[in-house]
Amino acid sequence: MADGSGPGRVTLSVVGLAGLLLVLIIASLYLFIAQPFWFPPLASEHGGRIDSLFGTVLVVSGIAFVLVQGALGLFVARYGANGNERAAYWHDNPKVEAILLITTAVILTVLVFMGQRVWASIYFADQPQNATIIQITGEQFFWNFHYPGADGQFGRTDTKLITSTNNIGLDRNDPVAKDDVVSVGIMHVPIGKPVRVRLRSKDVIHSFFLPNFRLKQDAVPGMGIEVWFTPTRAGQYEVACAELCGLGHYRMKAALTVDESEEAFNAWLKMAAEQQ
Amino acid sequence: MPILVEERRPVGPPPPIKPADRGGEGDFGESGSAFPLSKGQIGVWILLTAIIMLFAGLSSAYIVLRGVPSWQNIELPSLLWPNTAVLLLSSVAVELSRRAIRRDDIQSMKSWLAVGGALGLTFLIGQLAAWRQLVNAGVYLPSTLQSSFFYILSGLHGLHLLGGVVALGIVLVMALRNRLTSLRYEPLKLCATYWHVLDGLWVYLFLLLLLS
Amino acid sequence: MSESHTGEHVHHELGFWRKYVFSTDHKIIGIQYLITAMSMAVVGGTLSMLMRYQLAWPSMISPTLGKLMPDAFAGGVMKPEFYVSLVTMHGTIMVFFLFTAVLTGGFGNFLIPLQIGARDMAFPFLNALSYWVFLLSCIVIFSALFVTTGAPLGGWTSYAPLSAIPAAGPGQGTGVTLWITAIALFTASGLMGGLNYITTILTMRTRGMSMMRLPLTQWSLLITAILALLAFPVLLAAGILLMFDRMGGTSFFVPAGIIMNQMPIEHSGGHPLLWQHLFWFFGHPEVYIVVLPAMGMASDILSTFCRKPIFSYRMMVYSMIAIAVLSFVVWGHHMFVSGMNPFLGSVFTLTTLLIAVPSAIKTFNWLGTVWGARIRFTAAGLFAIGFVSMFVSGGLSGIFLGTSAADIQLQDTYFVVAHFHLVMAIAPLFAAFGGLYFWFPKMFGRFMNETLGRIHFWLTFIGVYCVFFPMHIIGIGGQMRRIYDPTQYMFLVPQQPVNVFISIAAFILGAGQLIFLFNFLFSIFAGKRVLERNPWHATTLEWTAPTPPGHGNFGEELPVVYRWPFDYSVPGEKEDFIPQTVPATVVAKQ
Repeated sequence: MADGSGPGRVTLSVVGLAGLLLVLIIASLYLFIAQPFWFPPLASEHGGRIDSLFGTVLVVSGIAFVLVQGALGLFVARYGANGNERAAYWHDNPKVEAILLITTAVILTVLVFMGQRVWASIYFADQPQNATIIQITGEQFFWNFHYPGADGQFGRTDTKLITSTNNIGLDRNDPVAKDDVVSVGIMHVPIGKPVRVRLRSKDVIHSFFLPNFRLKQDAVPGMGIEVWFTPTRAGQYEVACAELCGLGHYRMKAALTVDESEEAFNAWLKMAAEQQ
Repeated sequence: MPILVEERRPVGPPPPIKPADRGGEGDFGESGSAFPLSKGQIGVWILLTAIIMLFAGLSSAYIVLRGVPSWQNIELPSLLWPNTAVLLLSSVAVELSRRAIRRDDIQSMKSWLAVGGALGLTFLIGQLAAWRQLVNAGVYLPSTLQSSFFYILSGLHGLHLLGGVVALGIVLVMALRNRLTSLRYEPLKLCATYWHVLDGLWVYLFLLLLLS
Repeated sequence: MSESHTGEHVHHELGFWRKYVFSTDHKIIGIQYLITAMSMAVVGGTLSMLMRYQLAWPSMISPTLGKLMPDAFAGGVMKPEFYVSLVTMHGTIMVFFLFTAVLTGGFGNFLIPLQIGARDMAFPFLNALSYWVFLLSCIVIFSALFVTTGAPLGGWTSYAPLSAIPAAGPGQGTGVTLWITAIALFTASGLMGGLNYITTILTMRTRGMSMMRLPLTQWSLLITAILALLAFPVLLAAGILLMFDRMGGTSFFVPAGIIMNQMPIEHSGGHPLLWQHLFWFFGHPEVYIVVLPAMGMASDILSTFCRKPIFSYRMMVYSMIAIAVLSFVVWGHHMFVSGMNPFLGSVFTLTTLLIAVPSAIKTFNWLGTVWGARIRFTAAGLFAIGFVSMFVSGGLSGIFLGTSAADIQLQDTYFVVAHFHLVMAIAPLFAAFGGLYFWFPKMFGRFMNETLGRIHFWLTFIGVYCVFFPMHIIGIGGQMRRIYDPTQYMFLVPQQPVNVFISIAAFILGAGQLIFLFNFLFSIFAGKRVLERNPWHATTLEWTAPTPPGHGNFGEELPVVYRWPFDYSVPGEKEDFIPQTVPATVVAKQ
């Protein structure tokens, strides 16, 4: 009979499968608790809320994972074919089903609400006042950072003015543009002050990704999208593109420096202005 | 397979045998089971569902882009009005054909079917003429969003209607060979269903374009 | 009307070509789909091996590969555009031309008439046509790998404007045109197939086969076919609009003001997000089109080798219907950071976590099936159990992604890659393997080698976890998708050893599949002969047909059905299974 029953084979399958599931549980617990590799170090204010949310979901799904994979392993170990025992014909238990269904729904609903509070705090909160505002234009394959300068106003940009030295088509004749700074691939922000970022794209969809700041927003041609964040740690960070944009997608990175003070930031801005 | 039991109680009786029931063998357009629709009817409705979903996708694109600031309405070619009337008349003709076969009026059935097909072809030619009207007015496929939609929607609809015309033609040939009777006219029924839905689809598309 | 078909075809003897190649017999068509899809799997799998090679050793110089693929390698180093086109083609081939085809086209065609007690599909000629159009679509997509201007590189999701502007990159010219054409042909093929699956299941069930006596495989195929019917045309609509943007000068997806390579692109008015909405309105049901038949098949196979009814058959059916319905209202969870209105983000989070509920029910029911079972550890049974483990792993990571706020960090990272591979590729793969080992005897009249099958299972089970589980971790670490060289980013360099580990595991996993391929092909010709109709002692109708079934499937008389397909281990019965065709028994207590 082609049913696989026979002393040696059954034992190996039972041990193998149950054993592997056990190894899976242990390995995953190790990876997610000891965290040999984990999120990039946090450097933003709202990022802490995202990390907490992730932690909560991790605990919930981790428990579910251990319970379900564990149950599977236990049942495999316990219920391998053995002699002439019959399986139980039991195949319905509306009460248990209802309990499991409701429990799952309740847990997921709670997660939805928790998640939505974080989402709302990011997207439905009021625009921060007194923020550093930067217009960021992505193109194949680098990021342009446009600062308004001391007057706080952005100079006019026009696609017709775009040249190889003027990536965003800034109208230098516009009086307001005199103090504007356009920096390619290098971004600075002062610590502790909100940063409002206006994302645009010149050609295809890119995505502005700051891994340490838990910030990601697609830059879509034809759209101007604003997001904001508040840096909480000084240092050097990397900016990545997180939406496939062509063959150079992998090298569309930029350098973000969070300056330790407003003065340091202004010093950089001044230096960058002189190089315009 | 053999079971040794004392009691013989059925677990569940099979449903009663219907007269035409050949239990799953229906290769001839008739239902082999208790399902109320025939294979052909289900088939044509599946086809129509797919076509409707295609135009639903295109419609949602239309509605979304309608909100774009640079949207410009074009002047729809005047031929569309008489064309739509022609298509509606063709539906009437096809329907009259279907009713004729129901009362065994083979002659009327054939005539109305031919009329329906001719009117359908007229509609298609009329659509091409409407395109020509638009081209003469300097409105091409890439001119504006609405013009792009107009050409694509009317073109795709026309292609599907052409398929319907071909089907009508095949049914007409069957009719001319006296293969349809008042008891067996499923091909005509299916064709009529397809025709009417495509007719309605054009009215919907026309309204969508008009009411922007 | 006319005489019924008999088991042995009496009309005329068909020549070799009509019988085995241009056949309208659903069994031959099903096997044709299987073999073609498996061939596409080899192609898609090879592409992924090349991807893993590049990811693990980004600056590696390989003279051999450079000689084999001179257009793709410069000085022995893979070109970035080649890498991204590998990503695109791997995804496209696997999602459509392997998984959708093998489960609905392969198993659907073979099993539907057999399991419902019919002689063939409702529209046999159309069925054959669907296969040949499918084959044509495979040839078209395969040819995209060889065009001189390059294979498409926009990902299997082909976002506009990258896909709408031929100048946006190599491969975005002819390559994308071929991609759209292949998908359009595939859609046509799928529609012809779906026509058959739905019509056949609804109208050609044999006497006694009520809907609630259908095996779960049949329910899943029916629901999937309806999903495909509603979803694929929307993809076709999007593809048509994209084609016109590329070639007709229209601007559905391309806004004004685009500058590419310093040149203005003359378009105006279009909206890139529209492509995403249309694509994912199709794309999300598509993942359920792949996974639902896998769930159905795994459920039936699990039940057979647990010698126990599936737990709560009714809820299994209802949950599949619920999943199918909900699958149409969750598409926005692919677009949380796309720039769409954040309010929609909230809505889609709610619907997405809602769809987790029926999936959870199914998981509990699989566990309930194994509880109290008497498990037979055949290769098929092992894969059915493995399916449950894979689906759980993949499903749970979806919860992170579904909560939109966490998705901000995880979107477009390897966390997503891990999630969708486990739940949409690996779990269905396990179900497909289970199905192949299980139904191979009925298809070919021979067994696949059990020992090789088990070795294949162990290698695959260990292999897929070694490949895909660590991807969650590097995704958390921030590694983006579709990146030719992760070491370009300092913050990713410390994780590079994990990439190496994954790649080595992937090579071993890939090699392990060769065991399966060898087993499959060898056993067709020289496998142990099956001497009985029902070697697995299963209950469903295909096991009452001869092995292999001839034309017409069941002989003179069609089977009559008296019970559901899960009468395993009925108390008081001598045998631990009762086929659906057996009329009388002691009624078992619930």
